Amino acid sequence: MAIALDSRPMRDVTAWNQLKTNRNWLAIWFMLPAAAFLILFLAYPLGLGVWLSFTDARLGRDGIFVGFENYEYLWEDSIFWLSVFNTLLYTSVASIIKFAVGLYLALLLNERLPFKAIIRAVVLIPFIVPTVLSAIAFWWLFDPQFSIISWSLKKMGLITANIDFLGDVWNARWSVIFANIWRGVPFVAITLLAGLQTVSPSLYEAATIDGATTWQRFRYITYPLLTPIIAVVMTFSVLFTFTDFQLIWVMTRGGPVNATHLMATFSYQRAIMSGYLGEGAAISTAMIPFLLGAILVSWFGLQRRKWQQGESND
Amino acid sequence: MSYLTRRALVKGGTAVAAASVLTGPALLEWAKAWAQNAPWKPEKGAKLSMLRWKYFVQAEDDAFVKLIEAFSKATGVPVEISRESYEDVQPKASVAANTGTGPDLFWGLYSLPHLFPQKCMDVSDVTDYLGKKYGGWVESAVQYGKSGNKWICVPICYSGNMVNYRLEASKKAGFSKIPDKTDGFLEYAKAMKKNNTPGGFALGHASGDGNGWVHWCLWSHGGNTVDKTDKVIINSPETAKALEYAKALYAEMIPGVASWNDASNNKAFLAGEINWTDNGISIYVAAQKDPTKKNIAEDMDHSFWPTGPIGKPTELHLMYPVLGMTYTKYPQACKALMAFMLEADNFNPWIESAQGYLTHCLNAYDKNPVWTADPKRAPFREAAKRSLTAGGLGSVGEKAATAIADFVVLDMFANYCTGREDVKGSIAIADRQLKRIYR
Repeated sequence: MAIALDSRPMRDVTAWNQLKTNRNWLAIWFMLPAAAFLILFLAYPLGLGVWLSFTDARLGRDGIFVGFENYEYLWEDSIFWLSVFNTLLYTSVASIIKFAVGLYLALLLNERLPFKAIIRAVVLIPFIVPTVLSAIAFWWLFDPQFSIISWSLKKMGLITANIDFLGDVWNARWSVIFANIWRGVPFVAITLLAGLQTVSPSLYEAATIDGATTWQRFRYITYPLLTPIIAVVMTFSVLFTFTDFQLIWVMTRGGPVNATHLMATFSYQRAIMSGYLGEGAAISTAMIPFLLGAILVSWFGLQRRKWQQGESND
Repeated sequence: MSYLTRRALVKGGTAVAAASVLTGPALLEWAKAWAQNAPWKPEKGAKLSMLRWKYFVQAEDDAFVKLIEAFSKATGVPVEISRESYEDVQPKASVAANTGTGPDLFWGLYSLPHLFPQKCMDVSDVTDYLGKKYGGWVESAVQYGKSGNKWICVPICYSGNMVNYRLEASKKAGFSKIPDKTDGFLEYAKAMKKNNTPGGFALGHASGDGNGWVHWCLWSHGGNTVDKTDKVIINSPETAKALEYAKALYAEMIPGVASWNDASNNKAFLAGEINWTDNGISIYVAAQKDPTKKNIAEDMDHSFWPTGPIGKPTELHLMYPVLGMTYTKYPQACKALMAFMLEADNFNPWIESAQGYLTHCLNAYDKNPVWTADPKRAPFREAAKRSLTAGGLGSVGEKAATAIADFVVLDMFANYCTGREDVKGSIAIADRQLKRIYR
């Protein structure tokens, strides 16, 4: 048996050979598809949007670099600040209520219930139904002339005139907030429910044996163990609510008198409908600081306890 | 986003209103002859796609489809039609203009070509031909069609926006017709409200009905967004007077108008919730078609807008031009289609099936029988002639188009009527926006 010996000197390792086995090199290639996807569909549009906000691009023609002019104009624009106020109001009120109701629902669903699987599926429906469809349904529910709510209340004799849901400034705001809560609660509820399931029952048993009340069990066991999940779900919920477009656009188009214009819908109106692409991009870019703030708050604020590993609080 | 919703084109043979001049084979023969003699010969292998607004009157769309089929058969150019709700035509056209691909032709709102005039084909030859052949264009059509010295779109028709009102309820309030002065109209509104038969004009972002009435209100009191040199003059006592008038009118309207879009007043009128509003002829046509609403059709009529202190008609009617994009591969085919649409043998049956929804902008079509067949349609015949242009005294162009698209005037009125701002505040916001648009 003759063994074919490699006649090359043993020390001759080519650069290519080194590269072939270099883990970093391989890692780059493995990551490339995912990176390409993210760069093309996330980073590039984001970068382009920010760049557009520094130009005076109109829909139909390119723009030239104008520096901060769009931002300066928006700084003095009362409708812009109105949209900022609306967005903050909408996001904060809707998120707080969604969290409260979602947590409550999750705690209820965590109990032993008959038909639990079916109830959980039903609870998820508002989230699964395409937003536009539920928005159209709400639009009819809140119609100033044809609302079933007004009709029912009139038949019951509780009111005499139709309720102007979407024509009055504050009514419109509460109506869209309500629609958003209806749509968003399942997401929060089901995710928190998943988190609740990971809490070991032995902790509850130990607490009960030690004489803890229901509230104390919640406060000292459930809530701390739930905080990482809450951080995640509320971050997503706040992000989705802040950037909500479909619900507002279908129900009110941002009206009445711009009272329900969120930054996203206002950006669309300025950019696409009026054709001021640069200004619209500036409005969307102006959302970034708020969103970053929201992520940072939830990430750092709610993540400070490392009790899951049994370490002492930091 | 997919802005080319492709639907099957062929719906031929469905009910077209009577009195078509040419149908079937006769139309085809004529069309072939036309194609032979037309100054624009489509390119070989041409294929066109057109985006138009979704019809308000079904019969109009049927007639339109027949027209397009005749064109295709005569010239061998297939034309694919897609329809969008008419507020969506503008964003889609804007995106097409920006990206350089999309439908070859758009049939949209008056402001459309002026949002991107450099992307629109020069169609001065088509408009010259049609103007010479059919008695000339009305003044406002000329203003809308041209950008500088060349025509960037072919005005096809106007959609009149007139006052619709219920006759019985108005008689009970003491009025046999809509008063022809604005003061009288306010009294009318007050009386109607007292009798519990109020009406309403849209104050939400209704690009047709909303813009129609607020511009009428502004102009009839002598207010204007800009003067003829495009200098912003909205901040004036006349504008304040117009705002006061609108607020007084708003008090007599049904609640909820601030959330109305273009369809809301149709729904409310047909349900009997309101007794006067502004709209095209679509309410009347819908009432005629629906057997349960025939009583509304019999009990309603249309009227010109009242004149204000300024003393002459100051109405804003929507004009729908067809424009070809410069990125099209078949410009001759586009021009041939545009000319074909307005030829008498095509246009006459088409506006007849529209039953008054479309008003011509070429003077020769005054004689079309659709206007005399039903006297309730008569006010709409004058829509093109009575209409001022968007932009009022100023230029019709990108700036006027932007001002309309951004609802500057509409928001000014809505802000004051709903009490969100006082007079100074509403005007100040509009002034600031207009200064930016018109700088």
